[in-house]
Parts: sequence; C-alpha cells; structure tokens
Amino acid sequence: MMRRLVSVFLACLGALLLPVGALAQDGGAAPDRGVTINVYNWGEYIANGTDGSMDVNAEFTRRTGIRVNYTTFDSNESLYSKLAGGGADYDVIFPSDYMVSKLIDEDMLAQLDFGNIPNFQYVDQQFRNPDYDPDNRYSVPYTWGVVGVFYNTDHIQEVTSWESLWDDEYAGKILMFDNPRDSFAIAQFLLGQNVNTIDPEDWQAAAELLKQQRPILQGYVMDQIFDKMENGEAWIAPYYAGDAAILVDNSENISFAVPEEGTNFFVDAACVPRTSDHQAEAEEYINFLCDPEIAGANMDYVGYSTPETAAKEYIDPEVAKSPLHYPSQETLSRTQVFVNLPGETAQLVDSLWAEVKMGGPGESAVLVAIILGFLGVYIAIIVYKRRKRKRELA
Amino acid sequence: MTKAIGRVYTFLIFLFLYAPILVLIVFSFNDTETSSRTVWSGFSLKWYEKLFEDRLILEALRNTLLIAVAAAVVSTVLGTVAAIGISSMKRLPKRIMMNITNFPMVNPEIVTGVSMMLLFVFAVGLFGGRSLGMTSIIAAHITFCLPYVILSVLPKLRQMDPALYEAAQDLGCPPVKAFFKVVLPEIMPGIVTGMIMAFTLSIDDFVISYFTSGTTQTLPIYIYSMTRKRVSPEINALSTVLFAAVMALLIVVNVRTAKVNRQIQEMEENG
Repeated sequence: MMRRLVSVFLACLGALLLPVGALAQDGGAAPDRGVTINVYNWGEYIANGTDGSMDVNAEFTRRTGIRVNYTTFDSNESLYSKLAGGGADYDVIFPSDYMVSKLIDEDMLAQLDFGNIPNFQYVDQQFRNPDYDPDNRYSVPYTWGVVGVFYNTDHIQEVTSWESLWDDEYAGKILMFDNPRDSFAIAQFLLGQNVNTIDPEDWQAAAELLKQQRPILQGYVMDQIFDKMENGEAWIAPYYAGDAAILVDNSENISFAVPEEGTNFFVDAACVPRTSDHQAEAEEYINFLCDPEIAGANMDYVGYSTPETAAKEYIDPEVAKSPLHYPSQETLSRTQVFVNLPGETAQLVDSLWAEVKMGGPGESAVLVAIILGFLGVYIAIIVYKRRKRKRELA
Repeated sequence: MTKAIGRVYTFLIFLFLYAPILVLIVFSFNDTETSSRTVWSGFSLKWYEKLFEDRLILEALRNTLLIAVAAAVVSTVLGTVAAIGISSMKRLPKRIMMNITNFPMVNPEIVTGVSMMLLFVFAVGLFGGRSLGMTSIIAAHITFCLPYVILSVLPKLRQMDPALYEAAQDLGCPPVKAFFKVVLPEIMPGIVTGMIMAFTLSIDDFVISYFTSGTTQTLPIYIYSMTRKRVSPEINALSTVLFAAVMALLIVVNVRTAKVNRQIQEMEENG
C-alpha cells in the first residue's frame, strides 16, 4: 500500500513539474542571466496571462533574462512583518503610501538610482514628490485610486455625503472597513479633520463618531462587501474604487459616488528594500513596469488607475474615460493621502479602534467575565476528577 | 422509530460536514463576471480554464505538494522509528518522551511558527545564507507532523504480539529482516494513517508556513493574499480538483485493500 501511495505522489509531482520546464524554453527569449529577483506584491495585483491578458512577469523574463520569483501579501502590515522579521530577501516590494513613509522612517528602503529607471519620465507630475516620499528618492508609483461609497440604487436614491453611512434608515444594511486607518478616515472627513492629525482629541472625536455608527452597522468587513452588495444583503459600503468597479460594471443597481467632504487618495508604490542584493535588476523590473505599454496592459487586469497619462493609450478606452477610475481634478483636489503616524498616535489609534469594534470597556468586561467563568469551570472539573480518583484509590 | 431518528441524525451530521464542500463545488461552475461566491448565474467551466492558465496558482500548488510529500515521507520514517523506540522504553522515560512529543500538538501554532522563524533566521544567518525558503518550510512541517505520526503508530505497536518478532528470530531470521517481514506489515495501517494525516496537515497549514516560508509561497498563503480584492472562484475550481483527486485516491486504495482482504479470506477458506 505504502509503495502504491508513494508512486501516486511521484506521478502527481512529475505531472506538476512538466509545465514549468516547458515554460522555461520560450522562443526568442533573452539569454538567462542567472539572476532571480524576489518580488512581493499585493494578491492579484499584476496581469498574469489569464483571460488573454499579458503575463507581465513572463514577459519581463523573456525580454531581460532575469527570472522572477513572484509572491503575494494581503496587507501592508503583513508586508511589514515579513520585512522586519528577517529571513525573507525581497528585491521589489509594493507598499502603500503610509507604509512607504514608515519604511523610509525606519531606514528599510534603498535609495533608487533613477538612472536605471528612465521610464520614470512617463509618471505624471502630480504623482511625483508625494507627501509620503517628499524628495521622491525611494518609490515609484505603481497604481492609485480613491475610496468611495458603493450603494444599491433600489433602496438608496443618491449618496453625496459620508453621512449616509450614519443614516438610521439603512440600519443593518451598512458595512464599514475592517481596518482602522480607512474607517477613521471616513469619520475624520465628516469632522473636517486632517487624516494625519497627531492631536489625540481629534482621534477621540472620530472614535466617538464611529461608536455612534456601530449599532446600525451590519459589520466591519473587507472583501465580503462584494458578495454582500451583490446579493442585496447590504445596501451601502465604502471601498476602494478600483476593486469595486467590477461591481458597478456588472450590476445595474449598484452605483458609486465620491462624497463631497473629500476622501482618501491612495498610492501603491514600487520600492527596493535596503537588504536587496540585486538592486540594479530590481530597478530594471520597476523600469519595465513603468513602460506605458506594460502599465496599460497591467491596469486592464488590475482594475486600479495608472499614474501615467501615456499608458492610457493602451488601456480599454471605456475605462480611461470612466470617472470611477479617473476622477475629475475637482474631486481629486478634495482628497488626502495617508502618511505614517508617529508611534504614540499609532498606538492611540489602535486602542481606540479596539474600543470601537468591541463597543467600549463595558463589553470587554463581559468578555473577561466569560473567560474567567470558563476557567473556573475548567479548574472545578479538574479538582473534582482528582478528588474522585483519590477516593477510588483509597 | 429509533432507527428513523438515527437515520435523520446521521443525515444531519453528514449534511453539516459536506454542505460547505458541496457549495464550494457548485460555485466553481458558476458563470459570473464579478467572481461572485453567492449569486448563481449559470453553468460554465471558465474558472477551470483560468485555473490552468494561472501560473501563480499552479506554482503555489506545486510548492505546496512538494512540501507536503517531503514532510509526509520524512516525518513518517522518523515518526515510525521514534514510535518503535518509545514503545520499548521503560515506563518513566516513556511518559517523559510522550509528553515531549505531545507538546507541539497543544502548543498554539502561532507560537510554534514565530519561534521556528526566529530559530531559522538565526541558523541561516550563522551559515551565511540570506533567505528562508523551501528547506526551512519543509523542516518546520516535518516538526509539526511528527507527533501525529508517532501517535498513530504507537497503538499498533501496542496491539502487536511481541512474541511474533521473537518467534521470527527463533526461526533463524536476522533482526533487520524480521523487522521488515514481521513488525512492519503488522504496524502498516498505523503508518499509512500517520502519513496521510501528515500529508493533509502539511497541505492546509497556514500559520507556521506563513512565518517560515521566506520567499516561497504555498497555496494557503496565496489564497489568503487574495482577500484585499476577493478570493477568485479559481480557488473553488482548484479545491474541487483536489477534493476529487483525494476522493479518487481513497476509493482506489480502499477497493484494492478490500480485494486483497477478500483474496486472503478465500485462500483461508479453501485451506
């Protein structure tokens, strides 16, 4: 039996190894330079050859002879923990705005040699020297987008303000972001604050507002908003425009709006960690991604917006015109970008966020009581069993 | 009456166990533009098509299977050897040994993961390496699979009559041959169970892999990284394929075993 199992395993492995070997022998390719760069990007954030899109990584290898080990992460925080934990040797990473500034602050990024990135010339002026990298020495923008409100037109007429997310009429049908920065930002726009404020009172006020909203929320979610909005379980939710555009494109009753109070404008940028051994090759990769043709092909798959006007030629013209992907200058003038918060403020935000989600200290007391209760029962059972055994032995 | 209730109860239990898998399989055939997981819009095989075009998923799958096979084989060999050693120990050392082997099972995964990462980072640094990868993740998987193999082999050893092994030697069989001819076949069911368990545990481990993987990506890590956008139905399709493969494997193995058992029975009956 054992032998049979092993042989089945081996057969499966053989079958899996085959296609990889076949891929390596593409015709017309640049000779292998014996270098593999480790690229760490968001999940599903690059065209990968499905659905007739361009396989960007394969194309890069074909043109340059540099192999790519491409892996993915789910949040800026997991990217950070991987980098800080050591043991992972990345050459190109794609943190978002505030994470770029955090990594710069902690001296974890290498200064880029823009001589190796001539395609940086295509990046629009408004995306250069951003707040999170004022001298533009460490990062090259990859994609950008804004946060907006998605709502079901069967139940909601029109959304113009973030206040709709606090509307009693939609109680139980409202969703919120399940991460502190994005959720607080919404309250902060309502209060007219700066999203990067370091005044504790501002954050307290925003937390109060979020606490008021909690009773009428359906929940704090991330990607579940797609399912919940689509099947009508929820009516209104904030999300990243690029991700949720697919909802608007495919359902007649879902609409998108950027509230008048302003919104968060975010950028995911390509950077090279300080620990990289292959900085020149990494820069070559970044340069390749900035090629307008590649950037265009990439954006059609990713759904976010490109920071290069020249790349718009290569993307679906419908998308290039859509205000969902490319909001007007007027809308953009009301946006703010996140930068890294100093340690003290970050801690305050984390604890306030925990309070908002847990519903204040009152409910955590209940939780502690429940845990203590369980412990008590557990200890009682152990003591009872001991006694019983002793009695039996005696 | 009681029989009917029993049937209903069994049915409910099976429903509870298999309904999620059923839903997953059904939605892998969903023809949707928005890659919905809850709204049915017709039958299609497009997610299967996309799955086999998607190099990243296939690569993650290949890594996962490589790691699982390596971890299952090595931990089975090590675990079986360890179980044989433990079973012949005296009472006190045996108890100490068992507690040590059981410890990783009750230890929270996150603790195991982080401590292994620290250890590996230190070890890699010591030997001048740069990055964790396949080797460290396989080592980690072997470690957490070991206790399960030991625990599934030990009872078989206890059930076995020790006189059998001695009898074989009395009849002139050298110890090594006696082990392979007598002991091994006797404990084989335990070894196979342990190996299958190690294999499945390794395939779906996320926490420990996450910390020890370095720049290697396994399937669970890849799936988790999709959650900013949404987990694509390609994953449903992949899970369906894996489920079908495991199902087929188990059926083949069981049918063969049943056949062999029947042959043995017939031989015995015919004398």
